Formats: sequence, structure tokens, C-alpha cells
Amino acid sequence: MKREEQRLIFELSRPGRSGGSLPENDVPEINVNELFSSDYIRKDEPELPEVSELQLIRHYTALSNRNFGVDSGFYPLGSCTMKYNPKVNEGIARMAGFAHIHPYQPESQVQGALQMMYELQDSLAAITGMNTVTLQSAAGAQGEWTGLMIIRAFHEANGDHQRTKVIVPDSAHGTNPASASVAGFDPVTVKTDERGLVDLEHLREVTGPDTAALMLTNPNTLGLFEEDIVEMAEIIHDAGGKLYYDGANSNAIMGKTSPGDMGFDVVHLNLHKTFTGPHGGGGPGSGPVGVKEELVPYLPKPLLVKDGEDYTWNYDRPEAIGRIKPFYGNFGINVRAYAYIRTMGPTGLHQVSENAVLNANYLMKRLEPYYDIPYQQYCKHEFVLSAKRQKKLGVRALDIAKRLLDYGYHPPTIYFPLNVEECMMIEPTETESKETLDEFADAMIAIAKEAEEEPDQVLEAPHETVISRLDETQAARKPILRYEKAKEEQ
Amino acid sequence: MASPKELKYSEEHEWVKEEGDKVRIGITTFAQSELGDIVFVELPEVGDELEVNEPFGSVESVKTVSELYAPVSGKVVEVNEELDDSPEFVNESPYEKAWMVVVEPSNRDELDNLMSAEEYDKLTDEV
Repeated sequence: MKREEQRLIFELSRPGRSGGSLPENDVPEINVNELFSSDYIRKDEPELPEVSELQLIRHYTALSNRNFGVDSGFYPLGSCTMKYNPKVNEGIARMAGFAHIHPYQPESQVQGALQMMYELQDSLAAITGMNTVTLQSAAGAQGEWTGLMIIRAFHEANGDHQRTKVIVPDSAHGTNPASASVAGFDPVTVKTDERGLVDLEHLREVTGPDTAALMLTNPNTLGLFEEDIVEMAEIIHDAGGKLYYDGANSNAIMGKTSPGDMGFDVVHLNLHKTFTGPHGGGGPGSGPVGVKEELVPYLPKPLLVKDGEDYTWNYDRPEAIGRIKPFYGNFGINVRAYAYIRTMGPTGLHQVSENAVLNANYLMKRLEPYYDIPYQQYCKHEFVLSAKRQKKLGVRALDIAKRLLDYGYHPPTIYFPLNVEECMMIEPTETESKETLDEFADAMIAIAKEAEEEPDQVLEAPHETVISRLDETQAARKPILRYEKAKEEQ
Repeated sequence: MASPKELKYSEEHEWVKEEGDKVRIGITTFAQSELGDIVFVELPEVGDELEVNEPFGSVESVKTVSELYAPVSGKVVEVNEELDDSPEFVNESPYEKAWMVVVEPSNRDELDNLMSAEEYDKLTDEV
């Protein structure tokens, strides 16, 4: 890419250059000083870039070409489920009956939209093995918080005020302890054992009469299935606690098992992960929450219900935790998830999880001779490898990630989970072909060889991108947060 | 790399230097090299009470945030405020310029639970 295209639009600016010409003013001009007090009137002209229309178009087109997404290349960002989002979803979300309605319209005018939401709730309940689902929470983290507030309301209704602790595995997503904390609980960590699974003995030690809940992703953050889940559920339930399922990794288990079958009481799903809502760029996300019968009274209100043939909002829910978001959730994202579930059907979703697991295991096996795989067993939808071997040569996970940019890939998640040294977390998803997986594996293998033979190739990467290695340390220690004109231009 | 002989060490990679009835605390060379470039150090305030093995602050590097665990219980009497502006001291001079807090231990027996330089080096060699 040419250097010129990296310039800021302010640097392209030349005094007097303009992108358009306005017709002569045909209304009387009024002096602004007569309208406002001088306190509110700026002293200097605003510094706006002065460029031609063509410069403007080239500038932003060049920037947009630098975006990288699943539509442009392989994006194995572990834990994020960067699968392809079918374009048919977009068409359906833009149908007038969905796109042009308003949340203040009377229920009678939007029965179709309500039916869609109701059927989505039902589908998600069936997929997760829960009784009732709310679509209100805006994203995963709010889903977690909502689920925990429901558990809290349940314990409080039972007079169980001493239940102040939420148990979270040390491999958990950082949002889990954070949500527990925001919901007013004290997070307690349970250790991972040498299998990469929750240490049952330690779980027994930390569980007690003060346990409000256990939060768990299954498969866990290492991509491994918590095979003791039934026993874990017993330990928590016997102590009077509840089980919370973080649906971040549900792409691995659809149609195979469900959180309900495993003994979970509350579930949140990330529709923008498993159910093809758009990722990134602010999403937005969508984090529906499902619960078992006993917890239904505490779901946020209003709750969408079917009354005869009509769909209606039920506000008469005295035990509900309240409203957690204006209107009814991120509706447009929910339409996309509905379109996905209906186009895939039960057989399709089942196949999704099988292929996601197959792809991850295939990639893991191909990389095994070249990188350390800390937990030697079949993985689910993602796996972690450790760049320990490369670290001995002075090449770290960060360097390998940077070098992958030269090969045209978005790097995997690195340095997470925290309990694996020089960790790289790879999630290929089900939508990638064997050829793509092979090409990516070849790149990773080539980088492993470079680390041995010509480490500078890796240490100084990326070489092919517009911007080379950034000084992340300096950026964090002495961040420059605001553009300032270079001295000679002033 | 051999750790300074005159210091004691915790399993959480803090060093402890006895100075009369007080102790000075920081993190080891091994800890800083594992963390990478440190960009922010969060420390307690003078007067705060530390409890052994409980977090008393955190260090943030470009790749992760890591908690600091108190090697001994006691009251904080001094805090290294220079680390606010110069977190790079933790990488450059972990045993000297990057001391973090000075504590008046409330239970000196806890010092006996810490490791010698030799024991600590053995622990980090295994990693």
C-alpha cells in the first residue's frame, strides 16, 4: 500500500480547497453575535480538513480496504467464534416488517415481529434445555449480570442472604468474575487440574452454605469438555447453590447436549457468536438469558407471552428483577439469529457443532508436531497451544501472532487463558474448508521453522503490512490520544 | 539467573528485604521477564493493612494484568510513588529502583515461610 494512503485527512488539507460549491445565499444573513452571548461563540475557525471530493473518497476507500473480517480472510480468534454470517440474515433483517417498525407501536400492529421473538425464545429454550428465555439483555456481559441477578433474587426470596460467593474457574472468561462482582457477589476461584478441567476436590473445598452459584463454560476456555459436569452440578446443588452456564462456547455442543441436560439452572447465549449476529464494530451483541422453571418468576419484565393466538408483553411480574434494557433487546440481531436457526434447522445446527469440533481437532493434530499442546486430548470447538518451545529460541506467542499477519491471517487469541504459558487459542469454526485449514497450518508450520532458522523474520514481523511492529509498551506508557499537527505545517 | 542472596522470596514471585523492623517488597527478575514490558503499577496507600497471600496491588504489562500477593501481613509505611510515572523501573531494576512498598510486619513468623534465593531459583528453573 502506498505511503500516501496512510496520511490523515488533516494532512491532505490545503487552504481553500473544497469538495463542493453551494449556491449563493438567498436568505438574509444574520450576525451570529446578535443571537448568542459571546461566551458561546468560538473565537477561532474550526480546523476542518479542506480536500476535494475525490481526495475524500480515496481517503476513506483506502481506509475501508484495510478492514479485515471473516469476509476477507481466515480469522481463528479463539473464544470469539468468528464464523461466517450468512448474507441471507441481512436480507431478512432488512425486511420492512422488521426494519421499519417502532417499539412504541401497539402490539396489534406488530404481531409478526412478536411472533418471531416468541419463536426465537422457544428455539433457544429448546437448544439450551431451559424453560423460558428472555431476549432483553443486550450482549453477553449483560446476560451474565442478568442471570446472576436472577440467582440473587431467588436466594433472597428464600431468605438465603448468606449466599454471597460465586465460584469461577481460573480459566474463565474475565467477564465472569467481573459480572459476579457487579451483581454484588464475591468471586471465588476454583483451580484447574492437570487434565485442564475443574479440580473437583478443590470445588468441594470452596463450596459451602455461602455459595450462591458456580459459573462455568462447557466446553471450558481451554476447549475441553468438563466431563465431571454432572458431579459438579451435584456438589453445587447439594450445597443449595445454582449453576450458571456461560454460553460463549455453545457452538461446540448444539444438538449433542444442552446446559439443561448437564444440570445448569441459568444460561446466557451470545447470539453474535453461535447464532451469526455480526461481530465487532460495536456489533451490537445480543445475550438472551434462559432459566429453569424455578427461576422463571425472576426473569426481567416485560416477558413476551402467548395469550391464545396473540403475542403480548406481560408486565404483571411482581418478583421480576425489573427491566434491564429499554425496549426489547437488540431486535435486529435477534432477527438474524432467528433467520439462522430457521435456515439451519435442528439437523443443520447439529452439523454445525460437529464440523466446528472436527475442524479444531484437525488443526490441532496438524500443529502438534511443531507446537506444544498442553492438554493432550480431543478438544471441542477450539484448542490452546503453547509457544514454550519457540520461547526457548527467543520467539514468543506475540511474535508468532505478528508474523501471521504477513501470511494474511488474523492471528488467534494470545496470552489467554491465563493459566497456559505463551498461550495461543485457536478456534477455526465450522464454516472453514479443509483447504483453508491446511493453508493456515502450513503458515504456522513455516513460522515454527522460521523461529528455528531465521528468528529475525518472526521477531521483526510484520513486514508486509502498512504499519510494521508497533511499540505497544510506549503506546501504553505514554499514549498519544489526540492528533497534533506536525510543527513545520503550523 | 541467580537471585540476590540477601533477599527472601515468595511463591508468587515477590522478593522481601529485611530492613530492621520493616521489610521492603518488590517483584523478581523472573516475574518481570514473564510479564513483559510493565506499563502500569497499582499499589496500596500508606496506612493500608496487608494480609499475607492476599492481593495488595497489581502490575499491568502489555499482555496481561497480574495481581501482587502480600508475602507478609502488616501495615504499609512507604509506597514507591516513582513507579506511577516510571513503571519501566520494574523491568530495568526490579530489586533496586522498583521496590514497591515498605511494610511493618505484624507477624514476623511469616518471614520464615519465605524461600531463600537458592530455593527460589530452583523453583523458577523448573518452570
